[in-house]
Amino acid sequence: MAEMNAALTESPAEANSAVMALRAAFPDVPIRAASMYGQDWAIVPAEAIVAVARFLRDDETLRFDSLVDITASDLLPRAPRWEIVYQLTSMPRNVRFRLKVEVEDGPDPEVPSLTPVYLVANWFEREMFDLMGIRFGGHPNLRRILLPDDWQGFPLRYDHPIGGEEVGFTS
Amino acid sequence: MGLETAFGDSIITTSIEQVADWGRKSSLWPALFGLACCAIEMMAAGASRYDLARFGSEVFRASPRQADLMIVSGRVCQKMAPVLRQIYDQMPEPKWVISMGACASSGGIFNNYAVIQGVDKIVPVDVYVPGCPPRPEALMDGIMKLQEKISRERLVARRAS
Amino acid sequence: MTPEVRITPSTDGRTAVLERPDTRQEGDLMTVNMGPQHPSTHGVLRIILTLDGETVVDAVPDIGFLHTGIEKSIQWKRYEAALTCTDRMDYLSPLSNNLGYCLAVEKLLGLEIPPRATWLRVMLVELQRIASHLVWLGTHALDLGAMTVFLYCFREREMILDLFEELTGQRMMTSYIRFGGVELEVPDGWLDRVHAFIDPFPNRVDEYERLLTKNGIWKERLTGVGVISGQEAIEWGLNGPSLRGSGVARDLRRQEPYLVYDQLKFEVPVRTEGDCYARYLVRVAELRQTREIVVQCLKNLPGGPIRSDDRKVVPPPKDELANSMEAVIHHFKLLTEGLKPPIGEVYQAIESPRGELGFYLVSDGSNRPRRCHVRAPSFANLQALPRLCRGHLVADVVAIIGSIDIVLGEIDR
Repeated sequence: MAEMNAALTESPAEANSAVMALRAAFPDVPIRAASMYGQDWAIVPAEAIVAVARFLRDDETLRFDSLVDITASDLLPRAPRWEIVYQLTSMPRNVRFRLKVEVEDGPDPEVPSLTPVYLVANWFEREMFDLMGIRFGGHPNLRRILLPDDWQGFPLRYDHPIGGEEVGFTS
Repeated sequence: MGLETAFGDSIITTSIEQVADWGRKSSLWPALFGLACCAIEMMAAGASRYDLARFGSEVFRASPRQADLMIVSGRVCQKMAPVLRQIYDQMPEPKWVISMGACASSGGIFNNYAVIQGVDKIVPVDVYVPGCPPRPEALMDGIMKLQEKISRERLVARRAS
Repeated sequence: MTPEVRITPSTDGRTAVLERPDTRQEGDLMTVNMGPQHPSTHGVLRIILTLDGETVVDAVPDIGFLHTGIEKSIQWKRYEAALTCTDRMDYLSPLSNNLGYCLAVEKLLGLEIPPRATWLRVMLVELQRIASHLVWLGTHALDLGAMTVFLYCFREREMILDLFEELTGQRMMTSYIRFGGVELEVPDGWLDRVHAFIDPFPNRVDEYERLLTKNGIWKERLTGVGVISGQEAIEWGLNGPSLRGSGVARDLRRQEPYLVYDQLKFEVPVRTEGDCYARYLVRVAELRQTREIVVQCLKNLPGGPIRSDDRKVVPPPKDELANSMEAVIHHFKLLTEGLKPPIGEVYQAIESPRGELGFYLVSDGSNRPRRCHVRAPSFANLQALPRLCRGHLVADVVAIIGSIDIVLGEIDR
């Protein structure tokens, strides 16, 4: 993971129009930008994500009207442990952008919900709560979606075992 | 022998057991229980090329109360397991279960927290059809093996469930 | 408490009018459970319907009955082994899943694909698109009562599955598209058999259309049902043909071309009405356009190798092992350790028959994916179900589910 942090320090993402617009619109919010394989992303603090997303959606020059995906990575043992990843698309401009929020390890990682900005965020956030245990503050219906309601544990976490049966041999 | 020769070709004698078994095996109506990929091969088995209706499975009944065969086709997951048991319990006797595919028989390639490692942990299975997914012909072979099994059943036997 | 019933004889003395006062109160709603075992839910989907009489007030999907933990399995297996898991997500178009995953990993590796492999990939993925749309059409029609279409569609689908079986050995879960290209070379005469299937295919589509498109019952069941405007469709996350039925011309093969789609001539069908009938017309038109793509692939298929020769990724062919020590070492390392992409992350999206299928892949330099998230198109499409069903009758719910073409395998993963 150390090499990954090194790759983030200098990147062509600064030339991305969305990143430049974000830096101009949110001057006191610490925003880091990075890029890999031609895909740019910006890392914003959790408190700012709703305002940032609303800006990206409503700004006339950016118009990121579609939230394609919300997912999360568990990067244990890296600190911060959680990385919530949002994929955005601007349909009129045919441009993609990625937003990330880093959350420290703790008993109850929490991020504000994007449901006030994008309707589709609802089920994506429920899935991340179900499988990773990340809470989304302000979500209208934060319940388990894929596993039974009384399931204990968050299977997609890195320290959660795969489960299943013992077999006599492994691959 | 004597009775048959007296009346010519219009009478045959057999046992009630054989007639009952012949009737049961020749009109196995599956309950619609397609879960995942194997369900598509089950649909293909019922479609025009591998016509399952010629084996007696004329209709796939949506209501389990009208079905006597449950073909568990696909992976059974944690949330679905109680539903599967409930559907099995709703089927009237005599009933049989075919576990179609690797995932239904043993969990398949998914040896993890989410998949029940074999549907025989929940319901008693009569025939296992391996494959991922098994060809429609393999499913038919499984149904024919089940028909052989049924033809050996005794009317007064007790089934463990 | 039985309500008072008033009987009024009518003027002709032969009939009577029965009047029972309406004792239903405002808000007298009924909750009905639909599924998970149901003939028309296209898989194990449970919908909790709130009904006012026969009219749907709310239709909340309850998913997770097919949650297989595929993402966890992929993160537990090596990259090559995880490929077999991807087949089983959207089980109606396994080759599309393979393609998305392989493109994502190849981006991480920076791998070049030989041109023959690229054209073969396109041809197979488009044949898979036809097969997937045929299942959609057959089951959608079957739900609404047209059983003949189901049998016709599966007749054509069997021909496509025969082609796949001859080429790859498997009818459905082929895992044929691998890192670096495709797995096996095309057998002799296979391309002629593809021609034999694809050349008369427009007549078959005409057959389906003759049965359905101008059919009064079909039009009554689908026109004006599940109407959604383009703007609302984007807000609710619809994608793929469901979005194109509402007027938004978004097709990743056009907007973000991958493989050789920028060299192919095909139209992207779009309709503006936004109802189930429009979505039906879009997919049927896609059947025809996909056929054009396959014909062009057959014409332009170049010769050459079918897999990259980067030995850090692709195992060497068996005859090389007898002659070259390097080949043996590469073979050994690949089969015991597996390939190790450099540290990085990528999001790769392709246009599957259902919409935008995306793979978000994070690599930490080891031989297992650190995070593989699959963005399933049907997951977002199904979220729009309450919006689409509101105000319609219970029977229309079946039509709407059929028209958005969901596959529970990829929703639940």
